[in-house]
Amino acid sequence: MNVVGEIIFWIFVAVTVGSAGVVVFSRKLIYAVFALLFTFFGIAGLYVFLQADFLAAVQLVIYVGGVLVLMLFGVMLTNRIADIRISHSTRNLLVGGGATLLLFVILVVTVLNEHWSPLNMPFQGNTVNEIGQLLMGKWLLPFEVASMLLLAALVGAAMLARRSDQSGDDA
Amino acid sequence: MIFYAYSILLLPLIAFIVQMFYGKKLPRNGDFISVGAVVLTFAMAVALLGMILVLSDPEFHIRSTFTWIQVGDFTVTMGIYLDNVTVITLLVVSLVSSLVHIYSIGYMEGDPGYARYFGFLSLFTFAMNGIVLSAGFFSLFIFWELVGLSSYLLIGFWYHKDSASNAGKKAFIVNRIGDVAMLIGIMLVWSVVKSFDFREIFAAVGAGAISQPMLTTAGILIFGGAIGKSAQFPLHVWLPDAMEGPTPVSAWNHAATMVAAGVYMTVRIFPLLTAGAQIVIAYIGGFTALFAATIAVTQNDIKRVLAYSTISQLGYMVMALGVGHYMAGFFHLVTHAAFKALLFLGAGSVIHAMHLGLEAAGDHDTDPQDMRNMGGLRLKMPVTYTTFVIAALAISGIPFTSGFLSKDAILSGSLAFALAHPHHFLLPVFGFGAAILTAFYMFRQIFMTFHGKPANKTVFNHLQESPQVMIVPMGILASLSLFIFYVFPSFNPFTAHGWFESLVHKPPTVAGKTAADLAVYVEGFLEQAHLPTMILSISVASLGILLAYLFYQRHRLNPDTWAEKLGPLYRLSYHKYYIDELYQRGIVSPFLFVCEQCAIFDMEKYDKIVIDGFAVVTRALSRFSRWIDDVIVDEFLVNGVGKLILWAGSAARLIQTGRLQNYLLLMICGLILIFAFVVF
Amino acid sequence: MNHLTVYLVLSAILFSLGIFAVISRRNAIAVLMGIELILNAANINFVAFSRFGTTNLDGQIFAIFVIIMAAAEAAVALAIVLNLYHNLKTVNVDDASTLRG
Repeated sequence: MNVVGEIIFWIFVAVTVGSAGVVVFSRKLIYAVFALLFTFFGIAGLYVFLQADFLAAVQLVIYVGGVLVLMLFGVMLTNRIADIRISHSTRNLLVGGGATLLLFVILVVTVLNEHWSPLNMPFQGNTVNEIGQLLMGKWLLPFEVASMLLLAALVGAAMLARRSDQSGDDA
Repeated sequence: MIFYAYSILLLPLIAFIVQMFYGKKLPRNGDFISVGAVVLTFAMAVALLGMILVLSDPEFHIRSTFTWIQVGDFTVTMGIYLDNVTVITLLVVSLVSSLVHIYSIGYMEGDPGYARYFGFLSLFTFAMNGIVLSAGFFSLFIFWELVGLSSYLLIGFWYHKDSASNAGKKAFIVNRIGDVAMLIGIMLVWSVVKSFDFREIFAAVGAGAISQPMLTTAGILIFGGAIGKSAQFPLHVWLPDAMEGPTPVSAWNHAATMVAAGVYMTVRIFPLLTAGAQIVIAYIGGFTALFAATIAVTQNDIKRVLAYSTISQLGYMVMALGVGHYMAGFFHLVTHAAFKALLFLGAGSVIHAMHLGLEAAGDHDTDPQDMRNMGGLRLKMPVTYTTFVIAALAISGIPFTSGFLSKDAILSGSLAFALAHPHHFLLPVFGFGAAILTAFYMFRQIFMTFHGKPANKTVFNHLQESPQVMIVPMGILASLSLFIFYVFPSFNPFTAHGWFESLVHKPPTVAGKTAADLAVYVEGFLEQAHLPTMILSISVASLGILLAYLFYQRHRLNPDTWAEKLGPLYRLSYHKYYIDELYQRGIVSPFLFVCEQCAIFDMEKYDKIVIDGFAVVTRALSRFSRWIDDVIVDEFLVNGVGKLILWAGSAARLIQTGRLQNYLLLMICGLILIFAFVVF
Repeated sequence: MNHLTVYLVLSAILFSLGIFAVISRRNAIAVLMGIELILNAANINFVAFSRFGTTNLDGQIFAIFVIIMAAAEAAVALAIVLNLYHNLKTVNVDDASTLRG
């Protein structure tokens, strides 16, 4: 990789991590949502660096275009004007922070101690084509199951989100 | 023959069982069962006698034994041993038993315990037969005790009378003392020979299994049982008191049978007696003979005189065995059974008549048994008088009676012994001294009772002769007191040769050379002693009768003045030498005192302290246990467990916050732990 | 190159942050955002290993599936949150403790 590429890479990493920090630590919810947007963008860029261009596109479309929008809707719908400030309980912070830190340390130590011997042979060829073939070939069953899942989620979400004072069975 | 023996043994037992359980329900209270059984027994005994007369073998014996216990090395055989002596004794026992049974039908008429009485009589017969037929010490001892028991039952027959039940107890206890000595003696023999059977013991002793000192001791100890049963000094005290029983029982028990059991047993173990044992036995017998005769002289109760007379005559028998004159002792046993039973039955007849007479006259205070209340009875009761006189002649040893033959034999035996061993001169002195006293007190009794003027005219007028059932047995016994029956086929009234003598021979002694030598030596002098004895005994008896005549018939000599002159002697004799009092003070009272102390100790100390103490301790323990249960178990454990669980629950409940995030946190922690384990 | 390690560490960071958000944020929507972070961290891991560990695209396929899953889950989760809001008038997860023992 050339130098520029490295720099851009590291920018993307910084964006991702920074946004994630904002998501987690921000007091205002709306800031957290928009930081999540940037996080998704950063991750998409990292996908590109990993030769997963199709995946980056999927990430953007679904996460940013779908999930994030959904979250925004949620925020808007459940926001109160005169709302109490979101405060972190101290107990949870301490213990939770400690546990999380510990987890992080373990993970990193594990990763760093391992001799990975990475293959540096990127996939040659069109990833879209390959992914399509894999989906219809080797991973057909999960594909179908996933579609079933989406159907179930659709129906479930629709049912759950109805207003409860609307008495009625089937819409 | 063995069949007869077993039937003789078992018939009375069956009668006893039937009588005791069904007696009251049978007609006539079941007396015919007992009487029938015993008469049948008598018939069989006669048959046996016939058989041995035919055999005419002095060495005859039959033995039939069976093993009764066998435990490892310990075996006990029981069985029947028949020889001439056995058969003759069986005959005597069954004869007197039958006569007494029949006599009792009349005497006990109307008594509320009639059925029980006959049951006990049958039991007694069974036990006595058992002793006679025993083949070994084991069964002998069993029946020995059984005889003591039935004697107790019969003496204390009228148990509501204190004096009767006390007499029964006294008889049993004094007998028991003798029995303990006998048991020790038996055990001594058994410890060496390891067998109870007579023949085996004699064989072993003959082979020298037991040392002389031990054999002497054992012999004297076993004889101790005879001292108890046959009322020799010092265990004679029960017999006079035993007169509390019905008179037929006295006749049966203490004249012919039970007391003779002791003599019979001595006859049985005769081969075991060493010279030392024999001497002891002879002296005990001789002393008792004289001693009891001196007491009989002053007694006023008609039955008491006879009781002491029995003791005296038993002393004679024992002395005879002691000096080694086997046949004489046994012969006197047989003849004495007849005339003593007759004397008792005669006394019973007199008492019976006096009783009826006193009741008719409305007198309830006078003692019907006191001779001073009698007098002149021969006019009213001639048959009783005649038979009584015959018996008195027999016991005094006047010629033409059976008693003369047997007594003469004994006296000549003692004289021969003294001739052989001059330092034992006391024995014939005892013998002849007792003879004169015997004649004296017997005829004193006759003169006081049957002769002279009656003491109470009104009572006298109501007296009458006793019924047939009572008279006939007396008659039979009287005829048996004559010499005829015993010397068949010889008719000489002055010697004892005849079937009896030929059948009854002294068995060879196995008790060592000294005893054997002694016997042989003495026998050498027998012939020499015979004539002097005869002359001396007749003169002594006549002198006695003469003195009695002078005192009580002619009243030439006044008994009361003589009693004063011989003051202390008289008192000693009258109070039976104070022996009963001595025993009471010296033995019975201290013993009772000890018993009382034990009882006090038991009740006051032991009961209060130990038993109640136990109760107190137990209560305290139970209170403590309750405390444990309440506090520790209930509070601590049971409630504690509950509280513990509640606390644990409420502690565990804290985890269930209901908040998702807490759960997730816990999951993360768990995850970390797993990671840590796996990675590190 | 060490890029693999970088990706892995990055994914670890994102994962930890996501965990922290899930367990410490009070708002339900914030919790959901934390979940999205976790999922994305896992995705990065998959794709990194697909790139540096194998020559096929299985990791990417898996990442696609994860994304599908995340979407479905986000929809349903939000529906639940809305329901919660209607019932409790608040989206504070601390108040949703009726299952408290």
